[in-house]
Amino acid sequence: MIHRIITALALGLLLCCATLQAGVTLESFKFATEQEEQHFKSLIEQLRCLVCQNQSLADSDAELAHDLRAEVYGMMQEGQSDEQIVEFLVDRYGDFVLYNPPVKPSTWLIWFGPFVLLLIAAMLLFRSLRRQQQAPQHDISEAERQRLEKALRDGNPGEGPQS
Amino acid sequence: MARYLRYLVPLLLFVLLAGLLYRGLSLDPKIVPSPLIGKPMPSFTLTRLDDPGATISDADLRGKVSVLNVWATWCTSCRAEHEVLLEFARASKVAIYGLNYKDNRADAQRWLRQLGNPYIANAFDADGRTGIDWGVYGAPETFIMDRDGIIRHKHIGPLTSQVLATEILPLIAKLETPE
Repeated sequence: MIHRIITALALGLLLCCATLQAGVTLESFKFATEQEEQHFKSLIEQLRCLVCQNQSLADSDAELAHDLRAEVYGMMQEGQSDEQIVEFLVDRYGDFVLYNPPVKPSTWLIWFGPFVLLLIAAMLLFRSLRRQQQAPQHDISEAERQRLEKALRDGNPGEGPQS
Repeated sequence: MARYLRYLVPLLLFVLLAGLLYRGLSLDPKIVPSPLIGKPMPSFTLTRLDDPGATISDADLRGKVSVLNVWATWCTSCRAEHEVLLEFARASKVAIYGLNYKDNRADAQRWLRQLGNPYIANAFDADGRTGIDWGVYGAPETFIMDRDGIIRHKHIGPLTSQVLATEILPLIAKLETPE
C-alpha cells in the first residue's frame, strides 16, 4: 500500500516538473501548422543565448532570450527564410550566436586542427613501425647465445652478467 | 640531434599549451566581441526619456564624436557605474547619450533626479528593440562613435575610473583631433 502511494507521488512529481519545464521555455506563440512549430523549435535550438552562454535560445529563460525568440517568431511569420533570420542575429551579435561556426580563416584551427593532429600522429606511428621492422632481428652476441643455450639445457642460469 | 628532439618536442608542446591556457585565464567568456565595430551605428527613432512627446534618433548623434551608454534602473552594475559616468561628463565635453533599456520611465527619471544626470539626452527603449539592433545583451554597455557615425569601440560591463582614464578618454581625444 505504502509502496503504491510513494510510486503515485513520484509519478505526480515527475509530471509536475515536466509541465513546469515546458511552461518556462515556450511562450504562447501561435503556429498555423504543427510543421511550422517544429521548424521554429529546431531553429531556436541551433541559436545560442548570449546571456546564459551554455544554453540555446530554446532553453534559456533570460529576458533577452524571450525577446529574441519573439523576434525570430515575428520574422518567421513575415515569411523570412532561416538564412535571413540567422543573418539578422549574426549581424548584431556575431558568430557567437551560432553553435555551428562558419568555415573561415579565423576558424580554420578548430575545423582542421584535429585532422592535422591526426595526420601527424599517423605519420609518427608509421615511422616508428618502419623503424621497428628495420631493426636487426638478432641483437645478442654469439657468446650470449651459447650461454643461453647452455642455460636452457642445464636448467642452470649460469653466471650473472659480466659487469 | 634526434636525442635532443625527443626531449625538446614535448617541452615545446608543454610551453605552447601552458601559454594558451595562461591566456585563457585572462579572457572573460562573458565578453562577446561586437560585429558592429567599424560599422555605421544602427538607426533608431525613440521617444526621449524626459519627454514622451519628443523623439531622439541616431541623427542626433551624428556629425560629432558621441557616446551611447546603455543602462536601466533594474541593472545593479549600472548604479555602480553611474558615479563614473558623472566623472566622465565632468572630465570630457564629449556628447554622452543614454539608451534607457527595457525600463520604467518614471523609475528612470527618478534615478537621474536623485543620482545626477551625466547625459545630454536619453532615448527610451521600452521593448528593447533598439537594444537588439545595437547587439545589446546586458546593461551596462557603452559605445563610442566617430564623427561619421561609425562605431569605434564598445565597452561591455560597467565603466571604471581606470577604464575611463586608460581607454575611453584617450580614444575620444584621438577621434576628436582633426585629421
